[in-house]
Parts: sequence; structure tokens; C-alpha cells
Amino acid sequence: MKVLIAVKHAIDYNVKPNIHTETGQVELAQVKKAINPFDEISLEEAVRLKERGQVSEIIAVSIGGAEAKDSLRHAYALGADRALLIETDAQLQPLAVAKLLKAIVAREQPQLIFLGKQAVGEDYGQTGQMLAALLGVGVGTFASTIQLNDDHVVVTREVDKGTQTLSVKLPAVVTSDLRLNEPRFIKLPNLMMAKKKAIETIAVSELDVDLVPRFSVISSREPQQKPGAIQLANVQELVAKLRQAEVLQ
Amino acid sequence: MSVLVLAEREGKQLKPSTYQAVTAAAAWQLPIDLLVYGDDVEAVAAEAKQLAGVCRVLTAQAGHLLHPLVEDVQELVLSIAKQYTHILSAHSVLGKSVVPGIAARLDIAPITDVIEIKAPSTYVRPGYAGNILSTIKNHEPVQIITVRATAFRASNRGGDAEIFTIDVPPAREISQWISEQLTHSERPELNSARVVIAGGRSLGEEFNALLDPIAVQLDAAIGATRACVDAGFAANDLQVGQTGTIIAPELYIAVGISGAMQHLAGIKDSKIIVAINHDPDAPIFKHADYGLVADLFTVLPELNSALQQS
Repeated sequence: MKVLIAVKHAIDYNVKPNIHTETGQVELAQVKKAINPFDEISLEEAVRLKERGQVSEIIAVSIGGAEAKDSLRHAYALGADRALLIETDAQLQPLAVAKLLKAIVAREQPQLIFLGKQAVGEDYGQTGQMLAALLGVGVGTFASTIQLNDDHVVVTREVDKGTQTLSVKLPAVVTSDLRLNEPRFIKLPNLMMAKKKAIETIAVSELDVDLVPRFSVISSREPQQKPGAIQLANVQELVAKLRQAEVLQ
Repeated sequence: MSVLVLAEREGKQLKPSTYQAVTAAAAWQLPIDLLVYGDDVEAVAAEAKQLAGVCRVLTAQAGHLLHPLVEDVQELVLSIAKQYTHILSAHSVLGKSVVPGIAARLDIAPITDVIEIKAPSTYVRPGYAGNILSTIKNHEPVQIITVRATAFRASNRGGDAEIFTIDVPPAREISQWISEQLTHSERPELNSARVVIAGGRSLGEEFNALLDPIAVQLDAAIGATRACVDAGFAANDLQVGQTGTIIAPELYIAVGISGAMQHLAGIKDSKIIVAINHDPDAPIFKHADYGLVADLFTVLPELNSALQQS
């Protein structure tokens, strides 16, 4: 069984972004980037399925400029068998990404498609659900456990007050949540080997997809900060302040 | 031009987030239809028709909507979507799962996790773990959005909308509900509670023993940090933060929480934040209104008895 993993070369989750003073937009050019952590979790899950003999090939696909190859090499080091890069310098929006991935799914015919529940950065959290809808297949969002069978995947998902378990027919899209697994530590030899592996590049124009942006980010700002806490000496003062603020009933 | 709001129910009641979604939808100043669906919608429809600002309640009743599946809700909404210029849902687990697919099928880009609607088609939404607020102009002919419910007040009752029954498309049968393990708690739900008290990993095995009595007195929901959940001291669904529940209560009490970026992303819209921590340099104090530097294991029982006496 083939598995496809969508990999985003995203802003590193430890980096606090800055806003460009003139454009009012988030500065992305010189920012440290890395594989989106949720995509790393997806890859780990696919590798575990392969180790159990349930998966024959893991294909990682990313969309972006040449820098996205870093995340695809990370995918190789984690255990991907093949890596594809859809090359474009455009900042694509989720709907365009979903359409490009749909074109790759048509070409590769995977039975299981993993995306992260969201990418670090804009935090849109849309692409997996859109891809499933465009493909007309089922989707298991926010997966915390999966169990793969011949013609369906059982997905346990995190919902508002606990967990829910669904069975979704294959082919299916699964979006990975934080607790699906803990990705393994990558060993240096794997990283060295990954550098030698070929990444197939596909020109975005080959896929004949409408990439026109549907919305514009006009401006960005940092949320207002509180001035800092008023330090209280004891519990009595705290209770008095809360009463004053009328938050105690 | 009119708005379709997707309601969500829990048993025979509407979820609080539906009340907040209706308030959000009022920003467009257009007629609002509220879609309620389920295996038995009579009670929910009777509640829904009272929401101020709702013109019509559309009810969709079918056995397969008992545990609504993403694909079936999408088919249902798509069956009436052509009548609407605006579609809105709360950014709940169900809303997040369903809405992007509806939008994709209509070839429309959705705007998700909106905290402010500037009618007709400009939105404010957080990104970068809540560190950035972006203003987005949407160019689409149909506005499809999900809203962060806690950013909007709940709509009042007092309306008297008409109820219309709509046909339900057949089940897609590409996925199947198997089971649910829901935690039954006496506490209010995290994302709608007026008061939330949350603990960090340092509470350890005493997490519940220390927080429960205070939560009961304050009628508060209980939350936890990711580290606390990962260490097994609190259940997964108690996690507050970017990857857990995002909250905006009137009062948030952070106990033994240092204030990691991803946790702050989930609490920063709380009206009053109280931080109790033994470390005076904990970053949480920069984001709190009131701070108390103290040992948790002595101060929490003290707080409990102080509340009892008052």
C-alpha cells in the first residue's frame, strides 16, 4: 500500500515572527524554517506502518522553492522512500495547495494520505479537509491513534470532550494531531544518506491548477500585551482583588 | 443575500458556541438562517427558534445524523448552499472538520478561526500561535468562515423564528461512527466556562485534589498545560493552548504554569488572568493581571478556605 505525506517547509515553531515595519506584513524571507512538526508526526506514523509490513512505499511531497528540499531531506532521513517537490516561488493559499495535492494523488494513487492538522505559521488548518472533499474521499481529522486495515482505516480523533473513533474507507485522508506519536530521533548516518537521495521536481505549471490568491492579508500586528502582573502578597489580597473585579459570584 | 449558520448540538441542547456564532453572523446585517440537524431535532429546533436575530430555523432530521459525520454534514450543507451568500460555523472540532471541505466543493476559499468580522468581507484572525493578528480581505463571491466562538458574546433568547424542514441527502457511507469516549465531568465545558482554573505539571499526582475543590466553589472548568497532560496528570481534553482548547473566560487562574508560548496562545484573550507560581521570573507574570508568588501546595488550600469563608 502506498502512502502519501504532504510536507510543509514551515516557519520553525520556536521562532517568534516579526512584522516588517514598512509593509506591515510578517517577515518570512530570512526566518528559520523546518519541517512542519505535524508532518513529521505523519511521517513517523507512516514509517511505523511500513515497519509493520502494512505499507510498501512512503512518498513525501512538498510545495515551494528549492529551500523546501530541506524538509524533504528530513523526510528521507525519517524513512520516506521517495520525495517530490512541486516547485513554485509563489505563496500559495490552502485551496491551491489542496488542488496541487489532488493532482499528485491522481498521479501516484496512494491509499492513505497524511497531512498535519495544521501548519505552523498561518495556522489555517484547512488543507487536509479540502483535499478529501476535492477527492471525494473520507477524512479523519485530528487523529490521535490510527489502525490500518485492508480497505479502511480506523481513526481515533480528539474531539471537544474526549475522543471519537471512526472507520474511514480507503483511500482516505488523515490529519495528524500532536498525540499520534512521538517522532524518532534522526541518526546522523540517515541524515547523511538523505543528502544523497534524489528529489524529483515537478514544475507547478505541469499540473494545470488555478493558483490565483483568493484573499489578501492586508496587514498584521502583534496583539496588545498586558502591562504585567500586579504582585499580591497573599491569598486574602487575591480574593479581595477578584471580588473588586466582580468575577467572583 | 442571506447567511447560513451551522448549529451544533449536544444531546437535546444547542452548544453555547452556536449562540456565539449567531452573534458573529449578525455583523453582515443580513437575514440569518440557522441549520440544525440530528436524528431527533424537535427539542433543539424549539430552542433554536428563540435565538434573537435568527430568521428561519432549518431542520434536517435523519437517523444517520445521530453522530454527524464530516461527509454527511457537507452533503447536507451543499444541498442548500446555493441559496446563501454567506456560510458561517463555530471553529469547533466539527466546524473545522466540515467547513473547509464545503468551501472546496464550492471552489471558494474559507477564512478560518476569525475573531472579528469587518463586514462585508474583511476579517481579523490570529496566526503564528496567536503571536500575530492578521487582517484579511476576502475576494470570494461567497463568504465562508469559521469563527472563534469565545471572541463573540452569546446571542440572547427572545426571538421567534419560523421552522422549516429540509430534505436530507442520503448517507455517503464512506465513513462510519464506531464509538466515543467522552469524559463526563461535573465541571462546565472549557471553551465556554466563565471561570477556568488550570494547572501545570508541578501539581503532579495532586492535580485533581488541589484544583477540584476550588473549581467547584468558582463553578470553574479545569484546564491543564500540555506538559501536565503529557505527564499523565490530566486528561487530554483538558489541555489549554494552541494545540488544545483556546479559551477566553472572564477569569483565568494559572497555577504552577510557567507560560510557554503555545499555552499563552490559548489564554491571552481571557479577561482577567491570575498567575500563581513559586518562580517570580516565570513568563506567565508578564501576561497576567495579578500575580502571587507562592508555593502551590500551601497556597491552594489557603485559597480554597478563603473562598469558603467569603
